[in-house]
Amino acid sequence: MTVQPTGLADYNFAYLDEPTKRMIRRAILKAIAIPGYQVPFASREMPMPYGWGTGGVQVTASIIGPDDTLKVIDQGADDTTNAVSIRAFFAKVAEVSTTTSTAEATIIQTRHRIPEETLGEGQVLVYQVPIPEPLRFLEPRETETRKMHALEDYGLMHVKLYEDIARNGHIATTYAYPVKVEGRYVMDPSPTPKFDNPKMDQSEALQLFGAGREKRIYAVPPYTSVVSLDFEDYPFEVNRFDEPCALCGAEGVYLDEVVLDDRGGRMFVCSDTDHCEKRRAAGHRGAMASEGTLA
Amino acid sequence: MMTQGDSVSPHPEPIEGRGETANPPLRQAQGDGLPALAEEKPLLSASGVSKFYGSRIGCEDVSIDIWPGEVVAVVGESGSGKTTLLNCISTRLMPTTGTVAYRMRDGQIRDLYRMGEAERRFLMRTDWGFVHQNPADGLRMTVSAGANVGERLMATGARHYGNIRATAGDWLGRVEIAEDRIDDQPRAFSGGMRQRLQIARNLVTGPRLVFMDEPTGGLDVSVQARLLDLLRGLVTDLGLAVVVVTHDLAVARLLSHRMVVMKDGRVIETGLTDRVLDDPRAPYTQLLVSSILQA
Amino acid sequence: MYVAVKGGEKAIRNAHRLLADRRRGDRSVPALTLTQITCQLALAIDRVMSEGALYDRDLAALAVKQARGDMIEAIFLVRAYRTTLPRFGYSEPVDTGAMHIERRISATYKDLPGGQMLGPTFDYTHRLLDPELAGDAAVPDAERRDGEPARAMRVSDILAQDGLIEGDCDAQTEMPGDITREPMEFPMERDTRLQSLSRGDEGFLLALAYSTQRGYARSHPFAGEIRIGEVEVAVDMPELGFAVTIGRVQLTECQMINQFKGSSKAPPQFTRGYGLVFGQSERKAMAMALCDRAMRARELGEDIVAPAQDEEFVISHCDNVQASGFVEHLKLPHYVDFQAELELVRTMRAEHESRRDAGEPMPEAAE
Repeated sequence: MTVQPTGLADYNFAYLDEPTKRMIRRAILKAIAIPGYQVPFASREMPMPYGWGTGGVQVTASIIGPDDTLKVIDQGADDTTNAVSIRAFFAKVAEVSTTTSTAEATIIQTRHRIPEETLGEGQVLVYQVPIPEPLRFLEPRETETRKMHALEDYGLMHVKLYEDIARNGHIATTYAYPVKVEGRYVMDPSPTPKFDNPKMDQSEALQLFGAGREKRIYAVPPYTSVVSLDFEDYPFEVNRFDEPCALCGAEGVYLDEVVLDDRGGRMFVCSDTDHCEKRRAAGHRGAMASEGTLA
Repeated sequence: MMTQGDSVSPHPEPIEGRGETANPPLRQAQGDGLPALAEEKPLLSASGVSKFYGSRIGCEDVSIDIWPGEVVAVVGESGSGKTTLLNCISTRLMPTTGTVAYRMRDGQIRDLYRMGEAERRFLMRTDWGFVHQNPADGLRMTVSAGANVGERLMATGARHYGNIRATAGDWLGRVEIAEDRIDDQPRAFSGGMRQRLQIARNLVTGPRLVFMDEPTGGLDVSVQARLLDLLRGLVTDLGLAVVVVTHDLAVARLLSHRMVVMKDGRVIETGLTDRVLDDPRAPYTQLLVSSILQA
Repeated sequence: MYVAVKGGEKAIRNAHRLLADRRRGDRSVPALTLTQITCQLALAIDRVMSEGALYDRDLAALAVKQARGDMIEAIFLVRAYRTTLPRFGYSEPVDTGAMHIERRISATYKDLPGGQMLGPTFDYTHRLLDPELAGDAAVPDAERRDGEPARAMRVSDILAQDGLIEGDCDAQTEMPGDITREPMEFPMERDTRLQSLSRGDEGFLLALAYSTQRGYARSHPFAGEIRIGEVEVAVDMPELGFAVTIGRVQLTECQMINQFKGSSKAPPQFTRGYGLVFGQSERKAMAMALCDRAMRARELGEDIVAPAQDEEFVISHCDNVQASGFVEHLKLPHYVDFQAELELVRTMRAEHESRRDAGEPMPEAAE
């Protein structure tokens, strides 16, 4: 199984040694069995820095096999530097085929987005998580937050939302918006925009979350209820954009704002690059698209 | 010391100057048969409670019953063990020996130290209150007054912002805090206002039993008087049972029906407040009472 | 017309080529050899081995060279390699009492069996830049004592004979934990805490140790003993039925002796703070010992009032590989979240303006 001799050291398939993968897979199984519960695991040092996706990489490395097809996105895009770097890492240490196509991927590792295209059965979405604890900024102590989860003591979470409304007239949390999983655990969906929260609910795909530095793995199994916290009279709402994607004309998708010049000129384009490209290939055109934009 | 027998009939003689709620158990018992059975039992019953800090005695072999609707003052000088006793019977401090039983809302008698922590926490934030001497210990200083009052409601499942806010506003009114302060943080409040806010925060879930640790300590004399007045009104209106720890006999006289005098960790005298203050039997109580009267 | 930016792959490739170029620098200057680094920058190697948690001078030298002298980057390289190594087993506890001592000092006794040995220390050097070192002047050989390498009993053992200091726990009775194999959970036991401290960042622990001396959890420490030298590493061979020495490692050990008034559980006696690191690094070992003692507050029934006593705070933040990774991850794109915040601020500003125009009262400013 050993691949990629690097002179001083040899590395195993998908970098991690097999006992480590087994340990991580056990943590994943436990996480699937208790949806939304943060399972501590003995996170390893990875060859990329903590905070740069080490949790997601460990989860992916533990579940990936030679037949898998991997897609890696960061901010929704396949071509952001860290996505490129992680994809190259797996191409090197696991020799798996990689893709930018959401539909073709069996494993999608992501940072900060859920693809626009609905995921299906058999697909796994692996999230990179910086701070897995949804209560962290209300209560910094691990000893206390674990107790709060155990006792389902989540009043503080709504206190925060109450304060938002009292102060701003609406809930002012835009990303890492807390959710309740299967009616039990409050979970941080990782810093995805709340726009993506509804995609987590009853998803056909398995969703795995890896936090390397904080040494936690959690999961949302397929067909699991994921509810964004809110008040009856201030229901959860997703962010909306006033205009469609300037390149592919898509509406109801998440957009990046691109500054065009130093005079305030800007345009909005799909954050999900694969979705945008597919639409343009199918003939959709936005206001600022030209025939030559397709790479 | 006090024994179980002493406290079975808490009000053997009429109490003057305490209004008609002075003896709620008996009064309600006359109403109809069924609740009378329940009401003839104490709400909380501590027996043989001792707490040792190494070889030092915190409190020793204290038995005490708290009846529905009665206010019991625990008095003594500092170091007499009154706060230790308060903490032991309110599950904030595990006693070395002894049991504390509590009659739940459903009528069941439960041993507090055999309950699971989840159940105990639920009890503490619904059926109980705890008023700290320093309001900062009982309030969230960096969230608004409204959220401070609303937290218990949200912790027990309230999910309608408008209703939570209306209830919080109502309670602020009851503790004489202007409703337009609802979005201000307690750090902007005076000491007396903070203490009243802490009381509102505790009473919002309609508890049956409230513990208070020197609730007027640290306040100016004029502010103390106003707070005591307010407390007396609330306790009477709501028919609360209260255990109040104080070194101030004036507080005990104004608030309580019954008094427990402690010295060196032991109960040395107990009885109706008027009787203890007007006709103290233990030499130490005589000294305590005369020193106050002379002062 | 707008064309979305592509070419991340190429940019990364070129950046790494440039990095390699800058690392090598002026090609007319001979490249550093690993031997030069291990021999002449030995304390850098020691720090990388210690905080990288891998005892291998050559790999540490390679890491220092590859990291262009950036110590935390070098530590990170070693850690990332270490984590891939299969685990064969655990050594027997090393016996620092049997250390081949090169340096050994005690601040608590003027003289003691085995004596005080200064060893190769910066102490008492006058910190004057030495122009001779700019060249390659000949360095005379060091004075050496003849005969067997020195051994000496530990100062803590002297105190323990009279029961004046708390005992050491028996390493044989309890298998220590392993922070690289089991998830860390708070509150921690002292074994795993010491492991975390041993690979914790020298600067962070130094600052915390310093804070205890300035009154943030003062512990009245005495440097009972600092010893540096080599110890044998033995591994139990079940097939053979006995332990076999597989090599020697250089260690720095510090035993701090601290005042303790006694509690309900223990009589008045001195307590220990312990520091042990790879190589020669007494600054780190001393800082570790002070932090260890501070974090024993809970166990010894002391009030926890200062940062150095707060186990969850210290241990969660002492690892420089974790800390630098997370601080530096802010370099990564965050524009999806930023977009969401941008929209929110725009909405709130619009609401603010419409309220102002309508003459409505303004809510108190958010924090």
